Amino acid sequence: MKKTRVLWLTLMSCNGNTHSFLNYPYIEQFLNDFEFIYHPIIDSDYTLEEIISQDIACDILLIEGSVADDFIKAGVPGIDIIKRYAKIVEKIVTVGTCATFGGIFRESNYKDVSGLHFQEERRTDKYNDLFEKTVSISGCPVHPEVLVSTLYAIKKGLSLKLDAYLRPKEYFSYTIHNGCTRNEYFEYKVDNHHFGELEGCMFYDHGCRGPFTHGSCNKILWNEVNSKTRAGLPCMGCTEPSFPKRNIFETKKNMGIPEFLPVGVSKRTYLTLAGITKAFTIDRLEKKLFDD
Amino acid sequence: MNDKKEQKKEQIIVASLHLFATKGFYNTTIPDIALSLKMSVGNMYNYFKSKDLLAKEIIKFVSSYFGRKIKAINEENISTKEKTRKIVEVYFQTALLKPEMIDYFLRIYLSTREVFKEGCEGMICVNDFVTEIMIYFEEGVKCGDLRDQDFFSAFGLFMGYMGGMVFLKGENVLPKELDQYIDDVSSNIYKALSA
Ligand code: SF4
Ligand code: SF4
Repeated sequence: MKKTRVLWLTLMSCNGNTHSFLNYPYIEQFLNDFEFIYHPIIDSDYTLEEIISQDIACDILLIEGSVADDFIKAGVPGIDIIKRYAKIVEKIVTVGTCATFGGIFRESNYKDVSGLHFQEERRTDKYNDLFEKTVSISGCPVHPEVLVSTLYAIKKGLSLKLDAYLRPKEYFSYTIHNGCTRNEYFEYKVDNHHFGELEGCMFYDHGCRGPFTHGSCNKILWNEVNSKTRAGLPCMGCTEPSFPKRNIFETKKNMGIPEFLPVGVSKRTYLTLAGITKAFTIDRLEKKLFDD
Repeated sequence: MNDKKEQKKEQIIVASLHLFATKGFYNTTIPDIALSLKMSVGNMYNYFKSKDLLAKEIIKFVSSYFGRKIKAINEENISTKEKTRKIVEVYFQTALLKPEMIDYFLRIYLSTREVFKEGCEGMICVNDFVTEIMIYFEEGVKCGDLRDQDFFSAFGLFMGYMGGMVFLKGENVLPKELDQYIDDVSSNIYKALSA
Protein backbone atom coordinates (compact mmCIF):
# COMPACT_ATOMS: atom_id res chain seq x y z
CA MET A 1 0.00 0.00 0.00
CA LYS A 2 1.21 3.48 -0.84
CA LYS A 3 2.67 5.35 2.09
CA THR A 4 0.66 8.34 3.25
CA ARG A 5 2.72 11.50 3.00
CA VAL A 6 2.72 13.71 6.07
CA LEU A 7 4.16 17.12 6.82
CA TRP A 8 4.85 17.85 10.50
CA LEU A 9 4.97 21.60 10.80
CA THR A 10 6.02 23.13 14.09
CA LEU A 11 5.00 26.70 14.81
CA MET A 12 5.06 28.38 18.22
CA SER A 13 5.82 25.33 20.31
CA CYS A 14 7.93 23.63 22.95
CA ASN A 15 8.13 20.51 20.74
CA GLY A 16 6.39 18.51 23.44
CA ASN A 17 4.13 16.83 20.91
CA THR A 18 7.10 15.86 18.79
CA HIS A 19 8.57 14.14 21.81
CA SER A 20 5.31 12.58 22.85
CA PHE A 21 4.89 11.13 19.38
CA LEU A 22 8.28 9.40 19.71
CA ASN A 23 6.80 7.39 22.56
CA TYR A 24 4.41 5.68 20.21
CA PRO A 25 5.36 2.03 20.78
CA TYR A 26 4.89 0.87 17.17
CA ILE A 27 6.69 3.67 15.40
CA GLU A 28 8.39 1.27 12.96
CA GLN A 29 5.06 -0.04 11.80
CA PHE A 30 3.84 3.53 11.53
CA LEU A 31 6.79 4.49 9.34
CA ASN A 32 5.98 1.57 7.03
CA ASP A 33 2.57 3.09 6.38
CA PHE A 34 3.38 6.80 6.56
CA GLU A 35 6.30 8.91 5.48
CA PHE A 36 7.21 12.36 6.67
CA ILE A 37 8.03 14.72 3.86
CA TYR A 38 9.33 16.80 6.75
CA HIS A 39 9.55 16.26 10.49
CA PRO A 40 11.59 18.38 12.91
CA ILE A 41 13.61 15.47 14.29
CA ILE A 42 12.90 12.39 12.21
CA ASP A 43 14.91 12.07 8.98
CA SER A 44 12.85 13.13 6.01
CA ASP A 45 13.21 13.59 2.28
CA TYR A 46 12.98 17.35 2.19
CA THR A 47 14.55 20.20 4.07
CA LEU A 48 12.45 22.88 5.65
CA GLU A 49 13.78 25.28 3.02
CA GLU A 50 12.45 23.06 0.25
CA ILE A 51 9.13 22.73 2.05
CA ILE A 52 8.62 26.48 2.24
CA SER A 53 9.77 27.27 -1.27
CA GLN A 54 8.08 24.49 -3.27
CA ASP A 55 4.74 22.72 -3.37
CA ILE A 56 5.64 19.18 -2.30
CA ALA A 57 3.04 16.45 -2.72
CA CYS A 58 1.49 15.67 0.66
CA ASP A 59 -1.65 14.03 2.11
CA ILE A 60 -1.87 15.25 5.68
CA LEU A 61 -0.61 18.45 7.28
CA LEU A 62 0.12 18.18 10.98
CA ILE A 63 0.38 21.46 12.84
CA GLU A 64 2.12 21.57 16.19
CA GLY A 65 2.13 24.81 18.16
CA SER A 66 0.08 27.96 18.41
CA VAL A 67 -0.70 30.21 15.51
CA ALA A 68 -0.11 33.98 15.32
CA ASP A 69 -0.03 36.22 12.26
CA ASP A 70 3.34 37.71 13.20
CA PHE A 71 5.08 34.41 13.94
CA ILE A 72 7.92 33.81 11.50
CA LYS A 73 9.11 30.31 10.66
CA ALA A 74 12.24 29.83 8.56
CA GLY A 75 12.00 33.43 7.36
CA VAL A 76 8.36 33.34 6.29
CA PRO A 77 5.12 33.86 8.19
CA GLY A 78 4.17 30.48 9.61
CA ILE A 79 0.63 30.97 8.50
CA ASP A 80 1.78 31.20 4.86
CA ILE A 81 3.20 27.69 5.11
CA ILE A 82 -0.11 26.47 6.45
CA LYS A 83 -2.00 28.14 3.62
CA ARG A 84 0.33 26.71 0.98
CA TYR A 85 -0.05 23.12 2.20
CA ALA A 86 -3.68 23.41 3.15
CA LYS A 87 -4.36 23.59 -0.61
CA ILE A 88 -2.37 20.45 -1.28
CA VAL A 89 -3.42 18.10 1.51
CA GLU A 90 -6.57 16.17 2.10
CA LYS A 91 -6.66 16.75 5.84
CA ILE A 92 -5.15 19.06 8.43
CA VAL A 93 -4.62 17.82 11.96
CA THR A 94 -3.91 20.24 14.78
CA VAL A 95 -1.62 18.30 17.07
CA GLY A 96 -1.89 19.26 20.73
CA THR A 97 -3.64 21.96 22.69
CA CYS A 98 -1.56 24.89 21.39
CA ALA A 99 -2.39 24.20 17.76
CA THR A 100 -6.02 23.59 18.68
CA PHE A 101 -6.80 26.30 21.25
CA GLY A 102 -3.71 28.49 21.59
CA GLY A 103 -2.42 26.89 24.80
CA ILE A 104 0.27 28.44 26.96
CA PHE A 105 1.56 30.72 24.19
CA ARG A 106 -1.52 32.88 24.60
CA GLU A 107 0.60 34.33 27.41
CA SER A 108 3.42 35.30 25.01
CA ASN A 109 4.09 38.70 23.47
CA TYR A 110 2.86 37.73 20.04
CA LYS A 111 -0.38 39.32 18.96
CA ASP A 112 -3.63 37.38 18.99
CA VAL A 113 -2.19 33.94 19.64
CA SER A 114 -4.68 31.15 19.01
CA GLY A 115 -5.13 27.66 17.72
CA LEU A 116 -5.87 27.21 14.04
CA HIS A 117 -9.61 27.65 14.53
CA PHE A 118 -10.13 28.40 18.20
CA GLN A 119 -8.89 30.84 20.78
CA GLU A 120 -9.86 28.98 23.90
CA GLU A 121 -13.59 28.21 23.35
CA ARG A 122 -14.08 30.94 20.80
CA ARG A 123 -14.10 30.15 17.09
CA THR A 124 -11.70 32.61 15.40
CA ASP A 125 -13.21 32.46 11.89
CA LYS A 126 -9.82 33.42 10.43
CA TYR A 127 -9.27 30.28 8.39
CA ASN A 128 -12.83 29.23 7.79
CA ASP A 129 -11.97 27.76 4.42
CA LEU A 130 -9.76 25.20 6.20
CA PHE A 131 -12.36 24.28 8.82
CA GLU A 132 -13.92 21.39 6.92
CA LYS A 133 -10.51 19.82 6.38
CA THR A 134 -9.39 20.00 9.99
CA VAL A 135 -9.36 17.44 12.77
CA SER A 136 -8.16 18.50 16.24
CA ILE A 137 -6.29 16.28 18.65
CA SER A 138 -5.88 18.40 21.75
CA GLY A 139 -3.66 17.47 24.69
CA CYS A 140 -0.53 18.86 26.26
CA PRO A 141 1.13 16.88 24.97
CA VAL A 142 -0.88 14.96 22.42
CA HIS A 143 -1.53 11.32 23.30
CA PRO A 144 0.56 9.42 20.72
CA GLU A 145 -1.90 6.58 20.29
CA VAL A 146 -4.82 8.93 19.80
CA LEU A 147 -2.84 10.83 17.17
CA VAL A 148 -1.65 7.74 15.33
CA SER A 149 -5.04 6.02 15.39
CA THR A 150 -6.62 9.16 13.97
CA LEU A 151 -4.01 9.27 11.21
CA TYR A 152 -4.81 5.65 10.34
CA ALA A 153 -8.52 6.47 10.30
CA ILE A 154 -7.79 9.30 7.86
CA LYS A 155 -5.58 7.01 5.76
CA LYS A 156 -8.41 4.48 5.55
CA GLY A 157 -10.88 7.19 4.60
CA LEU A 158 -13.11 6.51 7.60
CA SER A 159 -15.55 9.28 8.36
CA LEU A 160 -14.65 10.60 11.79
CA LYS A 161 -17.41 11.87 14.03
CA LEU A 162 -16.13 15.12 15.51
CA ASP A 163 -17.16 17.24 18.49
CA ALA A 164 -17.66 21.03 18.39
CA TYR A 165 -13.88 21.55 18.54
CA LEU A 166 -13.31 19.08 15.70
CA ARG A 167 -11.96 16.42 18.04
CA PRO A 168 -12.78 12.77 17.22
CA LYS A 169 -15.63 11.71 19.47
CA GLU A 170 -14.14 8.25 19.61
CA TYR A 171 -11.52 9.70 21.98
CA PHE A 172 -13.00 12.91 23.28
CA SER A 173 -16.54 11.96 24.28
CA TYR A 174 -15.14 10.36 27.39
CA THR A 175 -13.90 12.19 30.44
CA ILE A 176 -10.57 11.44 32.07
CA HIS A 177 -12.58 10.36 35.11
CA ASN A 178 -13.93 7.54 32.95
CA GLY A 179 -11.79 4.52 33.73
CA CYS A 180 -9.73 6.10 36.49
CA THR A 181 -8.83 3.47 39.07
CA ARG A 182 -9.86 5.90 41.81
CA ASN A 183 -13.55 5.98 40.86
CA GLU A 184 -14.61 4.18 44.03
CA TYR A 185 -12.88 6.82 46.11
CA PHE A 186 -14.72 9.48 44.17
CA GLU A 187 -18.06 7.74 44.64
CA TYR A 188 -17.66 7.54 48.39
CA LYS A 189 -15.83 10.84 48.68
CA VAL A 190 -12.63 9.49 50.11
CA ASP A 191 -10.09 12.17 49.43
CA ASN A 192 -7.29 11.52 51.88
CA HIS A 193 -4.88 11.52 49.03
CA HIS A 194 -1.13 11.99 49.02
CA PHE A 195 0.59 12.57 45.71
CA GLY A 196 1.83 9.37 44.17
CA GLU A 197 -0.08 7.08 46.51
CA LEU A 198 -2.56 4.55 45.29
CA GLU A 199 -5.41 5.54 47.60
CA GLY A 200 -7.88 8.40 47.46
CA CYS A 201 -9.49 10.57 44.81
CA MET A 202 -7.93 13.91 43.96
CA PHE A 203 -11.11 15.75 43.05
CA TYR A 204 -11.95 17.36 46.32
CA ASP A 205 -8.61 18.76 47.45
CA HIS A 206 -5.94 18.25 44.85
CA GLY A 207 -7.39 19.91 41.80
CA CYS A 208 -8.19 16.85 39.70
CA ARG A 209 -10.04 18.04 36.60
CA GLY A 210 -10.73 14.50 35.36
CA PRO A 211 -14.52 14.69 35.74
CA PHE A 212 -14.74 17.70 33.43
CA THR A 213 -11.87 17.07 31.04
CA HIS A 214 -12.47 15.26 27.78
CA GLY A 215 -10.07 12.59 26.61
CA SER A 216 -9.15 8.93 26.75
CA CYS A 217 -6.19 8.93 29.15
CA ASN A 218 -7.78 6.30 31.37
CA LYS A 219 -9.12 4.26 28.48
CA ILE A 220 -5.99 4.24 26.34
CA LEU A 221 -3.13 4.31 28.80
CA TRP A 222 0.04 6.30 28.25
CA ASN A 223 2.95 4.15 27.09
CA GLU A 224 0.43 1.33 27.43
CA VAL A 225 1.10 1.44 31.17
CA ASN A 226 -0.50 4.20 33.17
CA SER A 227 -2.23 7.55 33.38
CA LYS A 228 -1.65 10.60 35.55
CA THR A 229 -4.60 9.97 37.79
CA ARG A 230 -3.90 6.27 38.19
CA ALA A 231 -0.32 7.11 39.15
CA GLY A 232 -1.44 9.66 41.73
CA LEU A 233 -1.20 13.00 39.98
CA PRO A 234 -4.34 15.07 39.34
CA CYS A 235 -5.53 15.58 35.79
CA MET A 236 -4.68 19.17 34.82
CA GLY A 237 -7.26 19.39 32.09
CA CYS A 238 -4.71 19.62 29.29
CA THR A 239 -7.12 18.75 26.48
CA GLU A 240 -9.51 21.57 27.24
CA PRO A 241 -9.75 24.98 25.54
CA SER A 242 -8.86 26.97 28.64
CA PHE A 243 -5.69 25.00 29.45
CA PRO A 244 -3.37 25.88 31.18
CA LYS A 245 -4.95 27.02 34.42
CA ARG A 246 -3.22 28.39 37.48
CA ASN A 247 -3.05 26.55 40.83
CA ILE A 248 -3.40 23.18 39.20
CA PHE A 249 -2.86 21.21 42.40
CA GLU A 250 -5.69 22.89 44.25
CA THR A 251 -9.42 22.44 43.94
CA LYS A 252 -11.13 25.78 43.60
CA LYS A 253 -13.80 25.78 46.28
CA ASN A 254 -16.33 28.24 47.57
CA MET A 255 -17.12 27.55 51.22
CA GLY A 256 -15.88 24.05 50.78
CA ILE A 257 -17.96 23.38 47.66
CA PRO A 258 -16.05 22.67 44.45
CA GLU A 259 -16.67 25.37 41.86
CA PHE A 260 -16.29 23.02 38.91
CA LEU A 261 -18.34 19.85 38.87
CA PRO A 262 -18.44 16.74 36.71
CA VAL A 263 -19.67 17.58 33.19
CA GLY A 264 -23.44 17.81 33.03
CA VAL A 265 -24.01 17.29 36.76
CA SER A 266 -25.90 20.16 38.39
CA LYS A 267 -24.72 21.61 41.67
CA ARG A 268 -27.88 20.41 43.37
CA THR A 269 -27.41 16.85 42.14
CA TYR A 270 -23.77 16.79 43.11
CA LEU A 271 -24.37 18.19 46.58
CA THR A 272 -27.26 15.86 47.26
CA LEU A 273 -25.23 12.79 46.33
CA ALA A 274 -22.15 14.05 48.12
CA GLY A 275 -24.21 14.72 51.25
CA ILE A 276 -25.38 11.13 51.26
CA THR A 277 -22.04 9.46 50.66
CA LYS A 278 -20.26 11.79 53.08
CA ALA A 279 -22.50 10.42 55.84
CA PHE A 280 -20.93 6.97 55.61
CA THR A 281 -17.45 5.75 56.26
CA ILE A 282 -16.31 2.80 54.21
CA ASP A 283 -13.46 1.24 56.16
CA ARG A 284 -12.02 -0.59 53.20
CA LEU A 285 -11.57 2.69 51.35
CA GLU A 286 -10.16 4.56 54.33
CA LYS A 287 -7.37 2.01 54.73
CA LYS A 288 -4.21 1.57 52.72
CA LEU A 289 -4.66 -0.94 49.89
CA PHE A 290 -1.66 -2.91 51.10
CA ASP A 291 -1.20 -2.60 54.80
CA ASP A 292 1.71 -4.90 55.31
CA MET B 1 -53.86 5.40 44.44
CA ASN B 2 -50.23 6.20 45.15
CA ASP B 3 -51.03 9.88 45.31
CA LYS B 4 -53.72 9.13 47.81
CA LYS B 5 -51.31 7.10 49.90
CA GLU B 6 -48.82 9.96 49.80
CA GLN B 7 -51.50 12.40 50.89
CA LYS B 8 -52.45 10.17 53.79
CA LYS B 9 -48.80 9.84 54.78
CA GLU B 10 -48.52 13.59 54.83
CA GLN B 11 -51.63 13.87 57.02
CA ILE B 12 -50.07 11.44 59.47
CA ILE B 13 -46.84 13.41 59.48
CA VAL B 14 -48.61 16.70 60.13
CA ALA B 15 -50.71 15.18 62.92
CA SER B 16 -47.68 13.57 64.55
CA LEU B 17 -45.70 16.79 64.34
CA HIS B 18 -48.46 18.46 66.29
CA LEU B 19 -48.65 15.72 68.90
CA PHE B 20 -44.88 15.44 69.34
CA ALA B 21 -44.69 19.19 69.84
CA THR B 22 -47.43 19.26 72.48
CA LYS B 23 -46.92 15.97 74.32
CA GLY B 24 -43.28 15.26 73.60
CA PHE B 25 -41.77 12.53 71.47
CA TYR B 26 -41.57 9.77 74.06
CA ASN B 27 -45.03 10.47 75.47
CA THR B 28 -46.72 10.14 72.11
CA THR B 29 -47.60 6.66 70.91
CA ILE B 30 -48.70 5.35 67.53
CA PRO B 31 -52.22 4.70 68.96
CA ASP B 32 -52.34 8.39 70.03
CA ILE B 33 -51.55 9.45 66.50
CA ALA B 34 -54.06 7.01 65.02
CA LEU B 35 -56.72 8.26 67.40
CA SER B 36 -56.12 11.89 66.49
CA LEU B 37 -56.70 10.99 62.84
CA LYS B 38 -59.59 8.66 63.55
CA MET B 39 -57.63 5.83 61.98
CA SER B 40 -57.25 2.30 63.24
CA VAL B 41 -53.87 1.45 64.71
CA GLY B 42 -53.57 -1.42 62.25
CA ASN B 43 -54.06 0.93 59.33
CA MET B 44 -51.45 3.32 60.75
CA TYR B 45 -48.91 0.53 60.55
CA ASN B 46 -49.64 0.23 56.84
CA TYR B 47 -48.07 3.63 56.49
CA PHE B 48 -45.33 3.57 59.08
CA LYS B 49 -43.98 0.35 60.51
CA SER B 50 -42.69 2.01 63.68
CA LYS B 51 -42.50 5.29 65.50
CA ASP B 52 -38.79 5.53 64.73
CA LEU B 53 -39.44 5.23 61.03
CA LEU B 54 -42.12 7.86 61.30
CA ALA B 55 -39.67 10.10 63.17
CA LYS B 56 -37.21 9.87 60.26
CA GLU B 57 -39.88 10.57 57.68
CA ILE B 58 -40.90 13.64 59.61
CA ILE B 59 -37.43 15.15 59.64
CA LYS B 60 -37.16 14.53 55.90
CA PHE B 61 -40.53 16.20 55.50
CA VAL B 62 -39.39 19.25 57.46
CA SER B 63 -36.10 19.37 55.60
CA SER B 64 -37.72 19.19 52.21
CA TYR B 65 -40.21 21.88 53.22
CA PHE B 66 -37.34 24.25 53.98
CA GLY B 67 -35.38 22.95 51.01
CA ARG B 68 -38.19 23.94 48.65
CA LYS B 69 -38.52 27.40 50.18
CA ILE B 70 -34.79 28.13 50.03
CA LYS B 71 -34.50 26.70 46.54
CA ALA B 72 -37.07 29.25 45.39
CA ILE B 73 -34.98 31.98 47.03
CA ASN B 74 -31.77 30.66 45.49
CA GLU B 75 -33.36 30.80 42.08
CA GLU B 76 -34.39 34.43 42.43
CA ASN B 77 -32.23 36.96 40.71
CA ILE B 78 -31.40 38.98 43.85
CA SER B 79 -28.31 39.88 45.85
CA THR B 80 -26.88 37.61 48.53
CA LYS B 81 -27.92 40.23 51.08
CA GLU B 82 -31.53 39.97 49.99
CA LYS B 83 -31.32 36.19 49.91
CA THR B 84 -30.01 36.21 53.47
CA ARG B 85 -32.95 38.27 54.59
CA LYS B 86 -35.42 36.02 52.82
CA ILE B 87 -33.99 32.87 54.35
CA VAL B 88 -34.19 34.36 57.85
CA GLU B 89 -37.72 35.46 57.05
CA VAL B 90 -38.76 31.95 55.96
CA TYR B 91 -37.27 30.48 59.11
CA PHE B 92 -38.88 32.95 61.50
CA GLN B 93 -42.22 32.92 59.69
CA THR B 94 -42.27 29.15 59.89
CA ALA B 95 -41.44 29.36 63.59
CA LEU B 96 -44.43 31.66 63.99
CA LEU B 97 -46.94 29.88 61.80
CA LYS B 98 -45.82 26.26 62.07
CA PRO B 99 -43.79 26.24 65.27
CA GLU B 100 -44.04 22.45 65.46
CA MET B 101 -41.71 22.16 62.47
CA ILE B 102 -38.83 24.07 63.99
CA ASP B 103 -39.57 22.55 67.35
CA TYR B 104 -39.26 19.13 65.87
CA PHE B 105 -35.92 20.00 64.36
CA LEU B 106 -34.49 21.61 67.49
CA ARG B 107 -36.04 19.56 70.25
CA ILE B 108 -36.44 16.13 68.71
CA TYR B 109 -34.08 15.73 65.76
CA LEU B 110 -31.11 17.39 67.42
CA SER B 111 -31.67 15.99 70.90
CA THR B 112 -32.95 12.46 70.29
CA ARG B 113 -29.97 11.28 68.29
CA GLU B 114 -30.43 7.59 69.20
CA VAL B 115 -33.62 7.48 67.12
CA PHE B 116 -31.89 8.90 64.06
CA LYS B 117 -28.56 7.13 64.34
CA GLU B 118 -29.49 4.52 61.79
CA GLY B 119 -31.07 5.73 58.57
CA CYS B 120 -30.26 9.37 59.18
CA GLU B 121 -26.48 9.13 59.19
CA GLY B 122 -24.61 12.40 58.85
CA MET B 123 -26.97 14.90 57.30
CA ILE B 124 -28.83 12.49 55.01
CA CYS B 125 -32.27 13.20 56.43
CA VAL B 126 -31.78 16.96 56.22
CA ASN B 127 -30.04 16.83 52.86
CA ASP B 128 -32.66 18.82 50.94
CA PHE B 129 -32.26 21.72 53.29
CA VAL B 130 -28.49 21.56 53.69
CA THR B 131 -27.99 21.32 49.92
CA GLU B 132 -29.86 24.58 49.39
CA ILE B 133 -27.92 26.33 52.15
CA MET B 134 -24.72 25.11 50.48
CA ILE B 135 -25.86 26.53 47.17
CA TYR B 136 -26.68 29.84 48.84
CA PHE B 137 -23.17 29.94 50.36
CA GLU B 138 -21.37 28.76 47.24
CA GLU B 139 -23.06 31.31 45.01
CA GLY B 140 -22.51 34.04 47.57
CA VAL B 141 -18.78 33.38 47.61
CA LYS B 142 -18.58 32.99 43.86
CA CYS B 143 -20.12 36.40 43.19
CA GLY B 144 -17.80 37.98 45.77
CA ASP B 145 -20.48 38.86 48.37
CA LEU B 146 -19.49 36.30 50.99
CA ARG B 147 -16.10 35.52 52.43
CA ASP B 148 -14.66 32.11 51.59
CA GLN B 149 -14.36 29.95 54.69
CA ASP B 150 -15.02 26.48 55.98
CA PHE B 151 -18.61 25.48 55.27
CA PHE B 152 -19.38 24.51 58.85
CA SER B 153 -18.11 27.71 60.42
CA ALA B 154 -20.56 29.61 58.23
CA PHE B 155 -23.35 27.07 58.59
CA GLY B 156 -22.99 27.00 62.37
CA LEU B 157 -23.17 30.77 62.59
CA PHE B 158 -26.27 30.93 60.41
CA MET B 159 -28.21 28.05 61.92
CA GLY B 160 -27.03 28.51 65.48
CA TYR B 161 -28.10 32.13 65.50
CA MET B 162 -31.53 31.51 63.99
CA GLY B 163 -32.12 28.43 66.13
CA GLY B 164 -31.08 30.38 69.22
CA MET B 165 -33.60 33.12 68.52
CA VAL B 166 -36.41 30.62 68.00
CA PHE B 167 -35.37 28.85 71.19
CA LEU B 168 -35.50 32.13 73.15
CA LYS B 169 -38.92 32.79 71.68
CA GLY B 170 -40.05 29.32 72.76
CA GLU B 171 -38.83 30.04 76.29
CA ASN B 172 -40.88 33.25 76.24
CA VAL B 173 -37.78 35.35 76.78
CA LEU B 174 -38.06 37.55 73.69
CA PRO B 175 -39.86 40.84 74.32
CA LYS B 176 -40.93 41.21 70.67
CA GLU B 177 -42.43 38.94 68.05
CA LEU B 178 -39.90 36.97 65.99
CA ASP B 179 -40.70 38.74 62.73
CA GLN B 180 -39.59 42.01 64.28
CA TYR B 181 -36.09 40.59 64.53
CA ILE B 182 -35.81 39.63 60.85
CA ASP B 183 -34.04 42.83 59.79
CA ASP B 184 -31.49 42.91 62.58
CA VAL B 185 -30.76 39.21 62.58
CA SER B 186 -30.35 39.00 58.82
CA SER B 187 -28.16 42.06 58.67
CA ASN B 188 -25.98 40.67 61.50
CA ILE B 189 -25.63 37.36 59.67
CA TYR B 190 -24.83 39.07 56.42
CA LYS B 191 -22.23 41.32 58.05
CA ALA B 192 -20.59 38.37 59.76
CA LEU B 193 -20.41 36.34 56.57
CA SER B 194 -19.73 39.02 53.99
CA ALA B 195 -16.43 39.43 52.21
S1 SF4 C 1 -8.63 11.13 40.77
FE1 SF4 C 1 -9.66 12.45 39.27
S2 SF4 C 1 -10.11 11.14 37.53
FE2 SF4 C 1 -9.63 9.80 39.25
S3 SF4 C 1 -11.60 9.35 40.21
FE3 SF4 C 1 -10.80 11.13 41.27
S4 SF4 C 1 -11.67 12.86 40.15
FE4 SF4 C 1 -11.90 11.08 38.84
S1 SF4 D 1 -4.71 13.07 32.57
FE1 SF4 D 1 -5.48 15.13 32.15
S2 SF4 D 1 -3.66 16.45 32.21
FE2 SF4 D 1 -2.94 14.33 32.03
S3 SF4 D 1 -2.69 14.01 29.84
FE3 SF4 D 1 -4.76 13.31 30.34
S4 SF4 D 1 -6.06 15.11 29.97
FE4 SF4 D 1 -3.96 15.84 30.08
